[in-house]
Amino acid sequence: MADPIIRMVDIEKHFGRVIALAGVTLEIFPGECHCLLGDNGAGKSTFIKTMSGVHKPTHGEIFFEGQPLHFDDPRDAITAGIATVYQDLAMIPLMSVSRNFFMGNEPLKRIAGFPFFDHARANTVTMEEMRKMGINLRGPDQAVGTLSGGERQTVAIARAVYFGAKVLILDEPTSALGVRQTSNVLATIDRVRKKGIAVVFITHNVRHALAVGDRFTVLNRGKTMGTAMQGEITPEELQDLMAGGQEMAELEGSLGGTV
Amino acid sequence: MTDTATPDTSDERVKEMSAFRKALIRPELGGICGTIIVFLFFALFAHDSGMFNSQGVMNWSVVSAQFMIIAVGACLLMIAGEFDLSVGSMIGFAGMMIAIFSVTLSWPVWMAILVTFALCLALGALNGFIVIRTGLPSFIVTLAFLFILRGFTIYFPQTIERKTIIGGVKDAAEGDWLAPIFGGKILTGLFQWLGDNGLIAVFERGTRAGEPVVDGIPMLIVWALMLVVFGHILLTKTRFGNWIFASGGDAQAARYVGVPVNRVKILMFMFTAFCACVFATCQVMEFGSAGADRGLLKEFEAIIAVVIGGALLTGGYGSVIGAALGALIFGVVQQGLFFAGVESSLFRVFLGVLLLLAVILNTYIRRMITGER
Ligand SMILES: Nc1ncnc2c1ncn2[C@@H]1O[C@H](COP(=O)(O)OP(=O)(O)OP(=O)(O)O)[C@@H](O)[C@H]1O
Ligand SMILES: [Mg+2]
Repeated sequence: MADPIIRMVDIEKHFGRVIALAGVTLEIFPGECHCLLGDNGAGKSTFIKTMSGVHKPTHGEIFFEGQPLHFDDPRDAITAGIATVYQDLAMIPLMSVSRNFFMGNEPLKRIAGFPFFDHARANTVTMEEMRKMGINLRGPDQAVGTLSGGERQTVAIARAVYFGAKVLILDEPTSALGVRQTSNVLATIDRVRKKGIAVVFITHNVRHALAVGDRFTVLNRGKTMGTAMQGEITPEELQDLMAGGQEMAELEGSLGGTV
Repeated sequence: MTDTATPDTSDERVKEMSAFRKALIRPELGGICGTIIVFLFFALFAHDSGMFNSQGVMNWSVVSAQFMIIAVGACLLMIAGEFDLSVGSMIGFAGMMIAIFSVTLSWPVWMAILVTFALCLALGALNGFIVIRTGLPSFIVTLAFLFILRGFTIYFPQTIERKTIIGGVKDAAEGDWLAPIFGGKILTGLFQWLGDNGLIAVFERGTRAGEPVVDGIPMLIVWALMLVVFGHILLTKTRFGNWIFASGGDAQAARYVGVPVNRVKILMFMFTAFCACVFATCQVMEFGSAGADRGLLKEFEAIIAVVIGGALLTGGYGSVIGAALGALIFGVVQQGLFFAGVESSLFRVFLGVLLLLAVILNTYIRRMITGER
């Protein structure tokens, strides 16, 4: 593999007396889908927030394209090319897809010297980008409020990709979605990765992870339980790692292998 | 194993939206239908009342234009997610300031007007700044200014001139270069020509015999149309317009993608104040005086016109054209009832009913857009 695009070295994050991250080291490569798994409270969200500039790590270093980086706020990370799609997607339901897509980055054209919003361009680009993602909009003026959860995820992802994200972080994008919408989002992740963008995909669901992931890192109580490659690990082993091993085996026994 | 998901290109469960539903989610729809109904109504029941001769048309046009001027400001501000309840008081205050500056202090009228505009813009900015800084609802902050400004509007003339109306602005404005921009008339030649050719009525007797009864388009109407066109283009055709929608739709989401929400909101408070000041200046130039009770209840009339025009009280959705039509409906009905000889108190009943219908329709439309049930 090439050089890692992001290298997180021994990241620690303390919130007062709570140690959310106790030294996590991780490398993320261009064009890979790196799955971050772990139980509730394992520290996954905290970890990616240090990556996207929301939290400053208490200890440890971040290297972006080989250079040490210090983000002061999320905009720095966005400018550097690290886009994060949170659960609440930062989209406005009453506005059209194309107005949402270009919100804050509106294309302009000059008429008589005055800058105007280039709606024609915004509309074509939006339709085109959404088609690439496998979603046929009724029209670029369709309100985001009429899209399903999965489609909204896809708009948010498409927007991040279009504006030049090199690293795309998705925090539990499939947790609220049904089967069909989930497969849509997974297909989108696959497409984005093939463009050479690094994807960090947080999920609780082992099957979702195995469907698109290249590598899997399991966090537990603020520490990495190890990183595995696609094909080296079975769903059962991954499940065990997430639950910290022993309890899951017991649970599995009593539930007759249904988990 | 990486390709278990199949891209799905079309969703057969999404029904094609009928043209009717598509038309229904245009914010202007209510305004357009209302305008047609109102004009049909008065054409049927008041066609011989003089409402549609040149003088009658000018009468309701001027009243509608007044509503339009403040509705444009209120509309953009409401779409940006805020209210301004101090518009009416601002109108009274601005008018009084112009009169005090030009008559009491004997400043040239152009200077009085410019200083008053600067003052109003500063007050608008202050409104916005307080709302942004404190995070309080603009409803409360501007309610405070409703009282503060009205208080000063009564206090100043009382203490300075011992009266609540200051006249003599017309004399002061004689020969001023800026005053006609607000109080003058355009196309006077055209109207004279129309009168000479018998196309519109002319005075039969008196000192003005031979002059047309309507001798030009007041600048008030020109201002109203200019503000509507400006507001509409700003909202729908520019980057800033997208920011207005975004700031009112979801301020947090907008901030996250880099929209300068605070700046947008403060600028919209300033624009609302600007519109109120235009209204006040035109009024003072027309009447030649300023009264401490001018502009009473105008903030509500502006908000009603905006809501009739399809904007959502919660922000993020609306149209300047809709608000302008709302203002037109407002003006035509108010004056039309007068022409038709209907008891004027019934106008308020009508207004309340109209407001209720508009809000119900808007809520329904919003559900349709956002797909809520
Ligand atoms: N801002 C904060 N202040 C204090 N403690 C925090 C803060 N953010 C997170 N924590 C703590 O850090 C730990 C890790 O939280 P985090 O949100 O990273 O978990 P997670 O792995 O994303 O869990 P989930 O799967 O439920 O989203 C938790 O114990 C949480 O209580
Ligand atoms: Mg989390």
